[in-house]
Amino acid sequence: MRITQGTFSYLPDLTDEEITKQIEYCLDNGWPLSVEFTDDPHPRNNLWEMWGLPMFDLKDPAGVLLEVNACRKTNPNVYIRLNAYDASLGRQTTALSFIVQRPADEPGFRLDRQEISDRRIAYTTHAYATERPAGDRYPQE
Amino acid sequence: MVTAQSGSDRTAFGFRPGQESEGDTPVELLPADAVVDLAAARRTAGIDDVLELLDAELVGLAPVKTRIAEVASLLLVDRMRERFGIEAVRPTLHMCFTGNPGTGKTTVALRMADLLHRLGYIRRGHLVSVTRDDLVGEYVGHTAPKTKDVIKRAMGGVLFIDEAYYLYKVENDRDYGSEAIEILLQVMEANRDDLVVILAGYADKMDTFFAANPGMQSRIAHHITFPDYTVSELEEIAVMMTEDLSYRLSDEARVVLRSYLERRVGQPWFANARSVRNAMERARLRQARRLLEQEDPRVDLAALTTIEAADLLASRVFREDAATKTVRSA
Repeated sequence: MRITQGTFSYLPDLTDEEITKQIEYCLDNGWPLSVEFTDDPHPRNNLWEMWGLPMFDLKDPAGVLLEVNACRKTNPNVYIRLNAYDASLGRQTTALSFIVQRPADEPGFRLDRQEISDRRIAYTTHAYATERPAGDRYPQE
Repeated sequence: MVTAQSGSDRTAFGFRPGQESEGDTPVELLPADAVVDLAAARRTAGIDDVLELLDAELVGLAPVKTRIAEVASLLLVDRMRERFGIEAVRPTLHMCFTGNPGTGKTTVALRMADLLHRLGYIRRGHLVSVTRDDLVGEYVGHTAPKTKDVIKRAMGGVLFIDEAYYLYKVENDRDYGSEAIEILLQVMEANRDDLVVILAGYADKMDTFFAANPGMQSRIAHHITFPDYTVSELEEIAVMMTEDLSYRLSDEARVVLRSYLERRVGQPWFANARSVRNAMERARLRQARRLLEQEDPRVDLAALTTIEAADLLASRVFREDAATKTVRSA
């Protein structure tokens, strides 16, 4: 099941050219970008691994795309996203975040029902991918 | 909830060959017998403004200006050729500036970024100025990430490596500098579209540097030599510098300035425009002291902004024995 996290996730996957344009938009707004990756697709998994430090001093999309491609090369079959951070006073938060790579096969989620006291039901989402150990969740070809 | 998509018909990330971006409207090509007006294209590109500004702000440097004008023309002609549908291969614009101290290498490099940006060759037009420290690491494995970081920062603009010959140390072949050079070479070739590398250094030392790194020599298309300034050019520079500092030279001071420069050029440690700047700085100091020590303590605007002949004549250059001695500061 295709996961939909971040901006543009309901659109077809962006091409590199489109990604470059988005990066350019972020840089024009003065938002530094960072690359993050994970193999745990759970929607509540906010803390993805950082791919290097946020790129505070880059001015051109080519440099950011270079890092994206380096991350893709090292982690060919996981989720990778780009975060743009707006440091302006009063905002100081992620301004834009979008996925730039996803695994070829996304197994999706299962809804778990747990019966707790008084016959109440607690629900939880379980990602099939996490049934395998971390680092081995998506086949690396 | 989103409906599941099967794995096969889902598009993958990355650029898909054969697919044009939808936003771009295809540019209509001109027929083979069409005529384009180069002068009009030149006006709209604003090349003349750039070159005039360069001419007005930099004295002398004829070979440099010629080369810049050539580059500007080439970029314009390439754009015209494109309109006829001729595939234009982007020219390599990596440059090497050599010349004696104070001939304006760094100043021109700083201008170059802005210039190439206006000519539409580079995307951002910023300049990242680095020296050996910024590229070469301190221990094994430190150099590559450091150099790559600098290169990433310079993308879309100009990477200016001042005193580039320090990158390679002949006496120590285990120096990490050669690793930085290796990465630079790779980037200069592979990311030609993304950045322009400018090396600068003194002529003799750069020759040694290139002799040790023939790959570097051949990857740089433009080797520009900065000539020494003539005395009248130096005079012009001195006048511009004083004007920038909101001073002016009195008529007698102009005469003295010329004879000062004529003497100074022949002396050791002469560093062209840099020496002139230092001389003008010292004249400022003497002028301030003269104003404080004069009998009438009241001064007007003219007195505060005028450098007199006496301020220059006090220089050591004018002493009798100065010509034979080594002068480090005149």
